[in-house]
Order: sequence, then C-alpha cells, then structure tokens
Amino acid sequence: MSSTDTRRTALDALHRSLGATMTDFAGWDMPLRYGSERDEHNAVRTRAGLFDLSHMGEITVTGPQAAALLDHALVGDIGGVKPGRARYTMICREDGGILDDLIVYRLAETEYMVVANASNAQVVLDALVERSAGFDAEVRDDRDAYALIAVQGPESPGILASLTAADLDGLKYYAGLPGTVAGVPALIARTGYTGEDGFELFVKPEHAVELWQALTKAGEGAGLVPCGLSCRDTLRLEAGMPLYGHELSTSLTPFDAGLGRVVKFEKEGDFVGREALTEAAARAGANPPRVLVGLVAEGRRVPRAGYAVVAGGTVIGEVTSGAPSPTLGKPIAMAYVDAAHSAPGTPGVGVDIRGTHEPYEVVALPFYKRQK
Amino acid sequence: MSNPQELRYSKEHEWLSAVEDGVATIGITEHAANALGDVVFVQLPDVGSAVTAGETCGELESTKSVSDLYAPVTGEVTETNEDVVNDPSLVNSAPFEGGWLFKVRVAEEPADLLSADEYTTFSAG
Repeated sequence: MSSTDTRRTALDALHRSLGATMTDFAGWDMPLRYGSERDEHNAVRTRAGLFDLSHMGEITVTGPQAAALLDHALVGDIGGVKPGRARYTMICREDGGILDDLIVYRLAETEYMVVANASNAQVVLDALVERSAGFDAEVRDDRDAYALIAVQGPESPGILASLTAADLDGLKYYAGLPGTVAGVPALIARTGYTGEDGFELFVKPEHAVELWQALTKAGEGAGLVPCGLSCRDTLRLEAGMPLYGHELSTSLTPFDAGLGRVVKFEKEGDFVGREALTEAAARAGANPPRVLVGLVAEGRRVPRAGYAVVAGGTVIGEVTSGAPSPTLGKPIAMAYVDAAHSAPGTPGVGVDIRGTHEPYEVVALPFYKRQK
Repeated sequence: MSNPQELRYSKEHEWLSAVEDGVATIGITEHAANALGDVVFVQLPDVGSAVTAGETCGELESTKSVSDLYAPVTGEVTETNEDVVNDPSLVNSAPFEGGWLFKVRVAEEPADLLSADEYTTFSAG
C-alpha cells in the first residue's frame, strides 16, 4: 500500500513527537514501538502501558430489533448481554468459517457497538448490512467516529480513577459505561488484549490528544509508558489470545480454533452458520483435525508464523504465532498440531527453524495468567 | 545517531574496525540494531571457521523477525563475543562497543566498503 492511502490516527503527530517507530498495519500507520518493546511489555505486566488502538473498527447497531439482528448475524447470545456489559464473540460465514472475532458492547437496550479488527472491519460491516435485511435495525459505520485509547496493566485502575468520577470498582471485566475522563466524554470499557486488568476508552477523535496527554501525566508516578503494537502482540500471545489471520481464519470454524464455547446453539432463532457449525462441533468432539496448543522452546531460537511443527521427522502441524516471551524468558508459540501430539508434555515435538529441528515442549494455553 | 568515523561499513549494515595485526572486529550498526528492535538471540560463526565477504555467517533474532548476519570481509574467525551471546541486548545498547560480534583475520576485503559519511547517506536513503 502506498503512503498516500495509509490512514493515520488522531494521535499520529504525538506518536512521531515521541519518536515512535511506525509500521503499516491493516492500512493504518501505527506505532510499532517507542523504545524497547521488551520494556514496554514488562511495563504492562508490572505497571501500566498506554496504547493507541484507533485502527479498530467500530460499527453501531441500533433499533428495536438490534438484538435480534446480532443474534442472527453472530454466533453468540447477544440478546442475553445486559446493557452495560460486553461479550467476546465471532461472525462466521454460512460454512462456519470465521470472518472475524469481535467484542460487542451493549450500550443500551436497543444500541450495540461492535468492535472488529481493523483488517476485517469492512468485511464485518458489509456482512452486518447484508444480514440486516428484514430486521428493524440500523447498521452504522462508526469507524471515523471514535479514537480508541487503552490503558492496561495493574496500575491502570488507579491511573484512570484519578481522572474520572465513574465507578470503576463497580465496572466488571467485560463491562462498559459512558462517563467522563479528564473532562472528555468517553465510553469506558474494562476490556483489553494483554492478559492484564485494564481499560479501553472510546472517545471522539478530536479529544484523543487531550486524553492521551492527561493519561500520560496521571501515570507518570506509576510508571506508565506509551506502548506499540509489537508488545501488544507478545502480551496477547503470552495470554493465549488468538489473533485473526494467525490463529483464526475463514478456513477454520470456532471449534477448530478451540473456541467453540463462543457458539451458542441454544439461543433463539436461526443464525448464520448454525448448520455447518453443528457439524463442526460434532467433528471437533469426535475426531478433531488439528488442535491449537502452546509450545515453549528448550533453546533460544524463535519460532515464527508458518514454521512447521515436527515429530519423528514428520510434519505434524504449523506455528501460527511465535515470539520471544519477555515474561517466560524463552521463545513461545501457538501452533495447530495433529491431535495425537497435542497433549501437554507430548515427547519428541520440535519446530523446524530454517532447517534445524529445535526441541519444544507442548503446553496448555495460556502461557501467562495474571494473579487476581 | 552517529556512525564512528574510524570504522568502515557494509551495505548489509555491518561495521568493520581498523585492521590490527591482520585482525578486524565486526558488528552491526546502530541503524541496523534500531531497525531490528530488541535482539534476543545471536548465532555467530564458529571460531576457526572461514567467512566470505557478502555471504551469511550467522543470524540475529529480534522480537519481530530473524535477520541474516553477513560477513563484510573474507577471512578466518579468530574470536566471538561471548558477552553478546549471553546478553544479546548489548547489540541494542552498545552496537559499536560492547555489542561487537566477532573478529576476523582478514584475507580479502571487498572494494565497496563504505566510509562513515558514505554509510550515513546510504542508510538514510
């Protein structure tokens, strides 16, 4: 993609003034890191980090049948989400293939905000519009209506509390409420993609710089640092969270990805993909093709997406994401492997790292879970 | 960032010290280290092995990627930096000093090594 059609967030000039290394991500020019990505990662695990996630795609669904539309279009029980709460869910094709994974916030009885990955936002928008036919509901493209700033890490509740009168103690994980932060109207959500406690703040783009600066100042004493997408990737990998295009794709169903729990067959009415997903559920239970596992290196060479997983000289799977784990101090990976080799502790499993079979231990996901 | 004047540079972003008693020290430039991000693993050529100018002789792994290490000259490896093997972050924190990678008894130099000023122009482009 040429620089002329690369999109920039409302915080672009600020990132450059902070000396960020920028990268193209799904058509957006985003901060990859500001300094050391390992230091940024560790700051989120132990203190707090500040992220610009304005590339994420917001889609608003309103109307008397907003819930019915989303129950039809998505695989989760969206009508069962209470106002003020959020749900991790997926949108699938008729054949069960995953179009995207989503967070859906129920803002009010008849109003939802669907947050899609930047790379899939147009696909999700198109699918929702198409699937809205016959429903008394409106699907609105709100990608340009929001900037998204996340503050993540154990110090994030204290930092945010110093800037808002909102009841953060009453705000549970996967809940969201409208409020004011540093004088700026914001949807305050207790969600994230790091494996830590934290918040995501949806604000108007014209308020993004003001909010970022207020959070930076409020977090100074607590060790908050700006964080780029590089550490976001290692944080989510340690937390065992899938990334679309790596662990999730149109050629996999939620059951293939080990995330069948997001599919709610018991909900009322038909939904797109129900028939195919019913078959996929049976297949995954009886005869799973490949299973998503964690791999931890015994050596120091790092597995990368696309590398073959091997056992006894035979290819038994493929790495979907891999990186040096700052928390474990070793390379880690997620990989789809044949079911016979998927049990934690399965001996003789390795990764083909540019021609050399390096030994890896099969482990259960996640690699890291925070102490609550 | 400034590239030390007393060093020479390859287009693969290695630096080469002045040759003393036939031996030169080799590392990667600060520009290259910054582009890689945090280096987490270095694989260096074995002491005693032969390296050839412009050919790969090791690898550097960072958070996001793996990159080949190229030999800027032809010769025999006389020493490797065990400190950098044990603590690869030296490549980021001191690329021109404590983050040096290996030493070579130089048999042959390519004609296209760059001066500091030439490399600064090259790496900015």
